[in-house]
Amino acid sequence: MTKLAGYRRPYPGTQPNYLHPSYVSSIKRAPTKPLIYLPQTLSEVTGPVFGKESVDVKASDLTRQHSGEPLGERIVVSGRVLDEDGRAVPHTLVEIWQANAAGRYLHSRDQHNAPLDPNFTGCGHTLTDSEGRYRFVTIRPGEYPWGNHHNAWRPAHIHFSLFGPAFATRLVTQMYFPGDPLLPFDPIFNCTANEMARNRLISLFDWENTIPSQALGYRFDIVLSGREATPMET
Amino acid sequence: MSLRATTSQTVGPFFSIGLSRLKQVDLVGAGVSGERVTIAGRMLDGDGKPVPDGVVETWQANAQGKYAHPEDNQNKSLEAGFMGYGRIMTDDNGKFQFTTIKPGQVPAPNGKTPQAPHIAVSVFARGLGRRLVTRIYFPDEPSNSGDFVLNLVESARRETLIAKKTTGESGMLEWNIILQGPGETVFFDCGL
Repeated sequence: MTKLAGYRRPYPGTQPNYLHPSYVSSIKRAPTKPLIYLPQTLSEVTGPVFGKESVDVKASDLTRQHSGEPLGERIVVSGRVLDEDGRAVPHTLVEIWQANAAGRYLHSRDQHNAPLDPNFTGCGHTLTDSEGRYRFVTIRPGEYPWGNHHNAWRPAHIHFSLFGPAFATRLVTQMYFPGDPLLPFDPIFNCTANEMARNRLISLFDWENTIPSQALGYRFDIVLSGREATPMET
Repeated sequence: MSLRATTSQTVGPFFSIGLSRLKQVDLVGAGVSGERVTIAGRMLDGDGKPVPDGVVETWQANAQGKYAHPEDNQNKSLEAGFMGYGRIMTDDNGKFQFTTIKPGQVPAPNGKTPQAPHIAVSVFARGLGRRLVTRIYFPDEPSNSGDFVLNLVESARRETLIAKKTTGESGMLEWNIILQGPGETVFFDCGL
């Protein structure tokens, strides 16, 4: 028997409710029965580990995946992946995907009447470094309309997928941009009751990582569940 | 504790752009030991309609009950061809299918009876602001009756966690994800 600490549960109000009726897709997909509390076991405190061999180093620059340059405004999106104690989460996989500058995804189900860009796929991945840092070069995604309600538009966003050290730390989220006027109207952004928690999804303009004559910087730090103080016997 | 975990957001309908690269529907590499099983099912919403834009991620131990993770300190061996991770997207009819091996038993916390063979599952979809967590257990498995997680669930709902044998080919199992309504799958609160 070994002793391992579990991972913390989210602070109340800081995660979306499954049922959020203004987000119409949640109405028929949210479970109606209460979740059953699962004490974490070895199955939840372990999880897939992706090493350097599973990463293409070129995949962190989404502007260099084709013969030509994509249209739109080049940006640098970078930050750190930390746990709730502020410790770096090193060597963990970060996957991203997004619409192009015109607000169109390279996806058969995206029927928005905006142009595709032959020089932009909109997907990238990287591993954090030993201090939990990651960095992508990409194009600022466009806002786009969706069918949730009359005149619904999604604010500009980039999808993020992270694993962290365990099954219990898996996180899929979206990063937004500062000053986006669509945020107060977006039911997905507003699924989370706690305003401070929501606002942490908004990246910060980042002078330090802005490249002169080349690209504006945005900073987005991501926090994964931290470890409980008390180990359990596994 | 100084920080709060970042808020989850839905995977949306266009995740295949970013998530297809690590799609993994056959988890079993060459020479891997254990009983090979193919698990197939459908993801359905509260109207019984297929969910054509869902992602199922799986995590499991190998046939010896060992996880390919540095914190599994059990004195059991890993196998090079088996990582234990699967990522499966539903098709237009809400169907998903993957091939793996039946995992061995793994320890339970605090000296409880070892857990029955199971696969940990995350479910992502448009409409889900955060993932749903569930488990797949195996039919005709004597250790199910002593599994402390299965015993957290009222007996009438427990069967939603146990795959069913399908007539015909051996090694074929059926396991469905009912997001809502009659027969709703049991989902767990295990953290984020």
